[in-house]
Amino acid sequence: MVKNTNMPEIQTESPSQQMETDLRELAQDIVRRAIAGGATAAECVVREGDEFSTLVRMGQVETLKESGSKSIGVRVFNGQRTASTHSSDFSRAGLDRMVKSALELSRITSEDPFAGIPEASQLGSLSGDLDLYYSDVYSLPGQERIAYARRAEKAALEVDPRLKNSDGGSFDAATGHKILANSHGFVGEYRRSYCSVAAVPIAQAENGAMQRDYWFSVARSLSKLESPEQVGKIAAQRTLRRLGGRKVKTAQVPIIFDPLVATSILEHIFEGVNGDSVYRGASFLAGKLGEKIAGDLVTIIDDGTMVGGFGTSPFDGEGIPTRRTVVVENGVLKSYLLNTYTAKKLGLQTTANASRGLAGTPGIGPGNYFLQAGAKTPQQIIGDVKEGLYVTEFLGHGANLVTGDYSRGASGLWISGGELTFPVEEITVAGNLKDMFFNISEIGNDLEFRGAVASPTLRIDGLTVGGE
Amino acid sequence: MTVNHNQFFFDHYGLTNHDLERYLAAALSAGGDYADLYFEYLSSTSLMVDESMVKSAAQGISAGCGIRVISGERTGYAYTDDLSSERILRAARTAALIASGPAKTPKMGFAEKAARSLYPVTLPSVDAEITAKVELVMRGDSTARAYDPRIKEVRASYADELRNILVVGSDGTFAEDSQPLARMNVSTIAKAEKNSGRGSSGGGGRVALDFFFGEKTPEYFAREAARQAILQLDAQEAPAGEMEVVLGPGWPGVLLHEAVGHGLEADFNRKQTSAFAGLIGKRVASEKCTVVDNGTMPWRRGSLNVDDEGNSTRETVLIENGILKGYLSDKLSARLMGMANTGNGRRESYEDIPMPRMTNTYMLAGQDDPQDIIRSVKHGVYAVNFGGGQVDITNGKFVFAASEAYMIEDGKVTAPIKGATLIGNGPDVLTRVSMVGNDLKLDEGVGTCGKDGQAVPVGVGIPTIKVDRLTVGGTARKDPGGFMQ
Repeated sequence: MVKNTNMPEIQTESPSQQMETDLRELAQDIVRRAIAGGATAAECVVREGDEFSTLVRMGQVETLKESGSKSIGVRVFNGQRTASTHSSDFSRAGLDRMVKSALELSRITSEDPFAGIPEASQLGSLSGDLDLYYSDVYSLPGQERIAYARRAEKAALEVDPRLKNSDGGSFDAATGHKILANSHGFVGEYRRSYCSVAAVPIAQAENGAMQRDYWFSVARSLSKLESPEQVGKIAAQRTLRRLGGRKVKTAQVPIIFDPLVATSILEHIFEGVNGDSVYRGASFLAGKLGEKIAGDLVTIIDDGTMVGGFGTSPFDGEGIPTRRTVVVENGVLKSYLLNTYTAKKLGLQTTANASRGLAGTPGIGPGNYFLQAGAKTPQQIIGDVKEGLYVTEFLGHGANLVTGDYSRGASGLWISGGELTFPVEEITVAGNLKDMFFNISEIGNDLEFRGAVASPTLRIDGLTVGGE
Repeated sequence: MTVNHNQFFFDHYGLTNHDLERYLAAALSAGGDYADLYFEYLSSTSLMVDESMVKSAAQGISAGCGIRVISGERTGYAYTDDLSSERILRAARTAALIASGPAKTPKMGFAEKAARSLYPVTLPSVDAEITAKVELVMRGDSTARAYDPRIKEVRASYADELRNILVVGSDGTFAEDSQPLARMNVSTIAKAEKNSGRGSSGGGGRVALDFFFGEKTPEYFAREAARQAILQLDAQEAPAGEMEVVLGPGWPGVLLHEAVGHGLEADFNRKQTSAFAGLIGKRVASEKCTVVDNGTMPWRRGSLNVDDEGNSTRETVLIENGILKGYLSDKLSARLMGMANTGNGRRESYEDIPMPRMTNTYMLAGQDDPQDIIRSVKHGVYAVNFGGGQVDITNGKFVFAASEAYMIEDGKVTAPIKGATLIGNGPDVLTRVSMVGNDLKLDEGVGTCGKDGQAVPVGVGIPTIKVDRLTVGGTARKDPGGFMQ
């Protein structure tokens, strides 16, 4: 989450160009100080951000939050040993201590032949406007931001008298600024913005049983955000259709996953091709490069370069320009997703998927990661199912990436004769990830990004529904 | 009265009582009912061993102040990571805007809480020698590898922190605390010809480093993690459908956390969005069940001397002999609902608004012999280790994922089964608890609870219990001939 120093409610000094330059200088200076202190290589990251959020419940403002913060982290190398430190204290003494601690800490870690920052020739930043930052996310006056949240909730509650309560409507905005510098002379920075509107209505049946669901819109620019009314209406429909949910008998039936839950299934492949899991043999996809891991329909792309994307950045967490990687093509595993370290471990090239928090070694994160759309509409896919389950929500995280065992709580709607019929809840969906991706028999045409990871509607056969 | 201190924020940031009063006055400058300041200084260390190498070592410092203003049911919040007067005053004026009216004056002077000491460490682990921590993770690694040649991968990690907090409120609240927290973890992967398995074990609490050299050693966690991974090599398919389920003692108490704990947090009940709303005084469990939340257990991960609103934590009875007795509250919900404040107002950091949260949540021991409980089951599942869980507090449905479980056939524990999610309905699952063991155990100190994006450390515990009917989410059909409706 990113945070706020830019407080439109009170006039203060605006974060000027001067400030940006200062942080860029600071990152480079920290790298220089680490090298002067004896590091053989160093990398510094500075992050600053601001956030605004408001929640309106039953028409009344419940919370208003507005703030900002910045933090800094350094990673140093002492030959093949590495350590990192971070701080929110930007005073001279605080920064000195951060660098000194990192240098000291690097003495107690192990010599790792694969440790290191990227080669100088690999570093760089995508050129051109990637369309990631719009200052308009903060352009609304305070009262209108609250109005956005209120409108979303109101639109939801107006749909049906059974919508009697609510967890509220919300409007959030945030901007983030990231600077990365290393001892090969690389320095890069970018800004990203974000805003969202959401509604979480609660419906009550005659017997008193309640159901809650939600809907949201998210965009990098306020001008691209869906209307609060549209968001509220969809949230209401999603909530109402859950009323009267019941269990079904244990069975093996075709299962259709709506795009939001399909995304979480797609994430299991991401975790499975994550270089960190692969080199440790901790993935059901380790050692499968070039092999068939899914049905012919399945093509999965990771693309950190998409203009305006939620997973787009000009360079990754180690300063390497992002790129487009075909992960799975017609069911064949084409590439793992790697950072510098895991690429070296596997004898491969990085895919520029390094993700860098403030602390520790870089991990692996997605760019814009998605399953390529098919031709059929979701309605056609549902229409082909005689008896089956349409899953709209998962509960819990029961996937074992090592064994592939998969078992999760779920709720949704029963499909009978190609039609959505009654709501279903308190059931599980289980199988094994090794088989599941071969059993994807339909992919919808409804690919839409509501985050960095996206999937169209999916049909998977052969899973067990656990119920009565 | 005015309190004199020599405490952390006064020493390090030169804060004075006068400053605190000035900040609170700014927070109430637009007429809020109540304001508080939460100062936090967090230092942390983490280490990780992978492939028998210390690959990662990190230290960090994070400090800031969060300012909250309450006006009726409205909360305004702002924070700053710069603890200068100018920045704190600016944040206070931002938070103040939630209210609209004439300025109010905070109560002058502060009443300091009587000091309590649930975690009196002399040397906080963050300040201990790093080499001792390296020794811990290396010992964890070598023990797990030596356990069995089929253990192929081991990761051992250690993390600790020290959180210094100061909470002051416009009602005279004044509380300081220094909260240590340490944890070590070992995770393993076992491989045989065809099969693989994973294991994970860890623990800790608000303890000093010597805890890991005496009470719970790296060897203890490493052997347990290795045992789990090896066991999984022979696991059979888990069954699917409703059946009798016996939960082992300790961490399986995550059932209580998900099934009832969250649903009893006062904010959800104030808003009437919980499936438990309006059920106080009603039967929600069998009479064998008494469930409490207790923030006062020495050294425990979920314990606190004071909560993050400056109130003393306590033991709260949630369910007594099956009857719902109470909710877990914070300042806002206690005031709005006209109920006692149970000292459960917690937050992840100075950037977050406090909410009612659990501390250590557990079921009291019963009379049954755990062996008798297993003997009473004809066909069911015995689940002894779990991953995490989740709940939809509005419809009451909850899940928790078994990571180590066995079949019970004719009263005997038989084959290990693969991991499976268990799913149930919070307001009625405990009504089906027919036996409660005499072997209450608390977990090892690994739990982290997430709510509204905020993570806080918690504890859980339970004796061996039998649930007469619960849905097990495996892949093997209970009845091979069965089909849906």
